[in-house]
Amino acid sequence: MPQLPAQYTQEPEIGPITQELRASLAKTWEGETGLRGWLGTVDHKILGIRYIITAFVFLILGGLEALVMRIQLAGPEQTLLTPEQYNELFSMHGITMIFLYALPILSGFSIFLFPLLLGTRDMAFPRLNAFSYWVFLFSGLFIYASFLAGAVPNAGWFNYPPYSLKQYNPGMNIDFYALGMILLGISTTTGSINFLITFLRLRAPGMSLNRTPVMLWGTTTISVGNLLAVPAVSLAFFLLWLDRQYGTHFYGVEEGGKPLLWQHLFWLYAHPWVYIIVLPAMGMVSDILPVFCRRPLVGYSLVVLATVTTMILGFGVWVHHMFATGIPFLSLSYFSGASFIITIPSAVSVFAWVATIWVGRPVIKTPFLYSASFIVMFVIAGVSGVMTASVPADLQLHDTYFVLAHLHYTIVGINLFGVLAGLYFWFPKMTGRMMNERLGVIAFWFVFFGFNLTFLPMHWTGLMGMPRRIYTYPAGTGWDLTNMLTTVGSFVMAFGILLVLINVMQGRWFGKRAGPNPWDAPTLEWSMPSPPPVYNFAVQPMVASRHPLWEDRLGEGTGRTALDRGPMLDKGKQQLITSMFDSEPLLVSKVASDSLWPFFATLTMTGFFAALLFHWPYAAGVLGVLTLLCGFFWNWPHAQLEQVAGSQNA
Amino acid sequence: MPETTHEIPDEQRDISFGRLPLGSTDARGNGWFGMAALVVTEACLFAYLLFSYYYMAFHFGRDWLPDELPGFKFSVPMTALLFTSSAVVWIGERGIQKGRNWICVAGLSGGALLGIAFVALEAVEWADKDFTLSTDSYASLYFTVTGFHMAHVVGGVLMLLTMALWAALGKFDAHRRDPISIAAFYWHFVDAVWIAVFTTIYVTPHLFN
Repeated sequence: MPQLPAQYTQEPEIGPITQELRASLAKTWEGETGLRGWLGTVDHKILGIRYIITAFVFLILGGLEALVMRIQLAGPEQTLLTPEQYNELFSMHGITMIFLYALPILSGFSIFLFPLLLGTRDMAFPRLNAFSYWVFLFSGLFIYASFLAGAVPNAGWFNYPPYSLKQYNPGMNIDFYALGMILLGISTTTGSINFLITFLRLRAPGMSLNRTPVMLWGTTTISVGNLLAVPAVSLAFFLLWLDRQYGTHFYGVEEGGKPLLWQHLFWLYAHPWVYIIVLPAMGMVSDILPVFCRRPLVGYSLVVLATVTTMILGFGVWVHHMFATGIPFLSLSYFSGASFIITIPSAVSVFAWVATIWVGRPVIKTPFLYSASFIVMFVIAGVSGVMTASVPADLQLHDTYFVLAHLHYTIVGINLFGVLAGLYFWFPKMTGRMMNERLGVIAFWFVFFGFNLTFLPMHWTGLMGMPRRIYTYPAGTGWDLTNMLTTVGSFVMAFGILLVLINVMQGRWFGKRAGPNPWDAPTLEWSMPSPPPVYNFAVQPMVASRHPLWEDRLGEGTGRTALDRGPMLDKGKQQLITSMFDSEPLLVSKVASDSLWPFFATLTMTGFFAALLFHWPYAAGVLGVLTLLCGFFWNWPHAQLEQVAGSQNA
Repeated sequence: MPETTHEIPDEQRDISFGRLPLGSTDARGNGWFGMAALVVTEACLFAYLLFSYYYMAFHFGRDWLPDELPGFKFSVPMTALLFTSSAVVWIGERGIQKGRNWICVAGLSGGALLGIAFVALEAVEWADKDFTLSTDSYASLYFTVTGFHMAHVVGGVLMLLTMALWAALGKFDAHRRDPISIAAFYWHFVDAVWIAVFTTIYVTPHLFN
């Protein structure tokens, strides 16, 4: 490296945490107040909590849609819903739960936790972080605006052509979905870039890759997965939109189109997606279980390896969603075999969790209950997954309620149970207050029994041949009892979720004070006050082991983790960038200040998509240019670095 | 700069990180890695586009292609334009590294102009075709694949022009020039993708003729 002029270098001052340091950092890091501050904030903690709340609202919307469908299906020949309304509800239920709840909620936890777990002050790209949130919110609003337009997506979340083509679906229903998904893809992509670079470059000095919490591995792995997979679905929806609006021939059978092309592009993304919405939750459980078992996770390296392997294998098996489409035998064999192989890394994780409980001394608190039941759901989902990966079984089970049961054990069992474990576990860090333990346990049993009562009978409904996506069924098929059980279960579960919400409200306003480390957990986020100050760490921690707060009892480190003395980095909004593998200090980075540009860019970009939806080419042109201009000002460079050594503030 | 290791000593009294670069100066900042990640995902987008093309091609075979296969009359000059532009942008990037602002401005705007010429030439080729977007699935794919690439060229041109403007305004110097390297990186990527597009659309049809 050539010698840099002095104004471009700085020697981080090493010092202890003092009241003066905290006061000066608070002054530097505090954002603006009022509406400007609210719309312009780039604080990852605020954005993470917003992400979680927004995703939870979508969970409730998707849940209400499911309840209406369950009333309709409680008995044979019900007439609460028309077939078209039923189509719209199951489409929106799938879209909401899969795209607007399952990934965003995990992103929310990750955005809140990444810098705290890594020992740094914010994400790699704080403004991009704000942009991801706003785009996620607006894409959700965009898709839900279809209710106002009376044109709700109605071809299922998988949206197969030819039914989703213009000939069969002439309204704007599918266009809302197609354009909304492209918008959401932008949010997911920017979010993934942020996670990946944050993980690689912002780990505290000494936090080498083998000392990084499992949850971060999960999110980073799926971020790479997103970068590889999301373009497939954005392209699939873009081509569909072209087919519908400009008469191209990608998916129709006329003029050389291929409906199966949609299925390839869609599942090339939507199969990896299954892992994308569960791996961070698996990581959360891998970090939560050891805390309540009072010992480190068994087989840390194997669990991390299993996480990465699962994602890689996830890309090789998309065709197992297409066994019933008449594809060649060789293809069937390969994709069936490849799907079986995924059981190996999954089993590695399961055995690691079971072993952690087995050799630990479990403390049974609500997060532990959710984590432990998560393992049971994971196993049931895995076993029914093996059944559907087998071609002869799948040809029988295809498009029956059995597949629905499997899908819900995967998504609700692994994602929602992991998320609820994480919610109870990190709630004290987010709010500074504890949730009520007794109410938490009661809510858990409602969710647990409700969930199993809902989805276990679905296996039998499916084995008895009930097809999915039908709005009603005749009497005398033998499906009545299991459907009734499912409906009752869904309401029990919904009541459990309601109790969780009450628990959250109660904890937020009346919970008892948590203190920095209420669970006696080993990772860095518990070394700071709850809720964390705006600058996170007053001095940059220097990490010497995988469990910085448990070093005394484990004695596993090569040195002593330093938490109360270290680089102060107080000459402006600064954080340390470290090397990718060994986390050695590389450079001092400037952290972006609050900005309204990400919000404005989201507004104009959403407007651009709305103009495309309504075929307003001039408005689209103007809004597109405005979006680019927002990017232009957002990235406006400063000739002088604002934070030169010695000056106190930006 | 003293050597540091990831093993933190028991006693932190004397620890020092030495003088570190501040912000994204000569050492690569986060922005360059962010762009690398964006390039990965954009490369995947093109992989899926070309997958769609080959998927159709393998299903329908020779009959799928139009009677008049896409020729080299425009595509070879277009390729030459892009290759030249990459070299010109590289010269511009070298210019700022040596602190010669005007070479940088000239290189970046020169690259952008070559990019604009590329888009113009492609538009002429589009007009030259006797089929349209909605003729058949080949036509749809032809216009979508080349159109996606063209959109990326336009994006790159806008980036280069922005950087040229900022460089002309004196925003960068020999040590603080990360945004220029990032924009140049994207531009080279757009050119590299053209090789895949060129091979797919213009070369492979002749191989099976």
